[in-house]
Amino acid sequence: MQPFTYERPADLESAVALLARPGAKPLGGGTNLVDLMRLRVETPDTLVDVSGLDFGGVEALPDGGLRIGGTYRNSDLAADLLVRTRYPVLAKALLAAASGQLRNMATTAGNLLQRTRCGYFMDATKPCNKREPGSGCPAINGVSRELAILGTSEHCIASYPGDMAVALAALDAVILAETADASLQLPMDGFHRLPGDRPQQDTTLPAGAVITGVEIPGLAFGARSTYRKARDRRSYAFALASVAAALDVEDGVVRDVRLALGAVAHKPWRARAAEEFLRGRPATAENFRAAAELELADARTTEDNAFKVPLVTRLVTGTLLELAGSDR
Amino acid sequence: MTTVRVTINRREREVAVDNRTSLLDLLRERVGLTGSKKGCDHGQCGACTVLLDGRRVNSCLTLAVVADGSEVTTIEGLATGTVLHPVQQAFLDRDAYQCGYCTPGQICSAVGVLQEARDGWPSHVTEDITSQDVVLDDEEVRERMSGNLCRCAAYVNIVPAVLDAAGEGRDPDAADRPGEKKPAYRPVPSVRDVI
Repeated sequence: MQPFTYERPADLESAVALLARPGAKPLGGGTNLVDLMRLRVETPDTLVDVSGLDFGGVEALPDGGLRIGGTYRNSDLAADLLVRTRYPVLAKALLAAASGQLRNMATTAGNLLQRTRCGYFMDATKPCNKREPGSGCPAINGVSRELAILGTSEHCIASYPGDMAVALAALDAVILAETADASLQLPMDGFHRLPGDRPQQDTTLPAGAVITGVEIPGLAFGARSTYRKARDRRSYAFALASVAAALDVEDGVVRDVRLALGAVAHKPWRARAAEEFLRGRPATAENFRAAAELELADARTTEDNAFKVPLVTRLVTGTLLELAGSDR
Repeated sequence: MTTVRVTINRREREVAVDNRTSLLDLLRERVGLTGSKKGCDHGQCGACTVLLDGRRVNSCLTLAVVADGSEVTTIEGLATGTVLHPVQQAFLDRDAYQCGYCTPGQICSAVGVLQEARDGWPSHVTEDITSQDVVLDDEEVRERMSGNLCRCAAYVNIVPAVLDAAGEGRDPDAADRPGEKKPAYRPVPSVRDVI
């Protein structure tokens, strides 16, 4: 690990000032960052430990939504009764992620900023456009079972590995962040980027910003939501594909729907084409399947990850059928 | 270098560390508490699990400087004098290990699991996540303990040991004495009572 300076600021103002230093990075639970430092993938000069700053827990908002503190731990968030009742999709996404130990460490903000688990990115001896721009992407013709099928570029097919953010994308969450001179509100949909020709940049968060919280707007049918995750073993594994969904059905017809896909793109993939297709259509397996197929129409797969197309189609169909209260 | 003040197994320690030192290396290399094990050093195996301020964490991914001001309980700090912690006793009674390398992490993790269950935390396999009553069974224990790998695959005995300690297990001797009722488990004190 490269040597670094450790700072534990007493307040947000000091944290933001410290993060203005070149080579400074914020530290949350460290479950990803410390590992990447040990692998020499991340080499910050200064770690600014914001994990002890109190940005609050879970707070009910007047519109029926919730505000979540940026340093609140994933385990606390998953256990919160407001989250469990208003947005089961979020609690379930968190509970499907990592292990009990890691959830006790991980913070809301850090979870959002976790980096891809692409094997080439995590191996500092290999070329990787995300880690070392211009060095190439061996994943495109290499090992790519876990990697993206939507929104990829010729420079990068990395996938966003997290679960929590997929639920937040489905719920139209807004990231709250502070820089030295601005308070930012960044909608989830534009927070994580597609790789394009700058795969080194995961998000649109300005350098030196501190994520202080996340706001989820009220959603009348939020309680009718869930998260499904397909993985190589039943627990403690990253997703091969996942689905976050909320569904409002009346008289057998889809009145409204929220749908986001995990582990299929460089960002949590909000399935807007599928949502639009489904609104006003009968809540049937045929329509759910057609919606998924529409969303995946532009999928670009490798030999390794072509299985994700039928997998996502079945996951979406099954998840929406479950929410519609029907088995078939 | 940073001076870290940390209470380890009820004893205050002050150690000057390189900022790169993990809590695990502080425990093992600087304080001489080698009960916590280094398996993968990447947060994947759980052998390094300790209780940090009463919660189970991977000490390999916790920087020692981050633990400054915290209370740490390791496998060496669970027993009270010569009386083993109920989870330790249950692992002995159930023979819940083979080589033993993952055992300190398994036990510390199980102590965390029992507290989380008492606090009403749901898991990935909990049917109704809005319910605040957690009933531990095989499936719940397997899910909640999934952050601790055992390469000897002693899981078949680890799961009943955790259930015994939770007070929801089966009396290991019951099969030998059909019809005889015997209290199968001891009540488990809360983490904070024990630490």
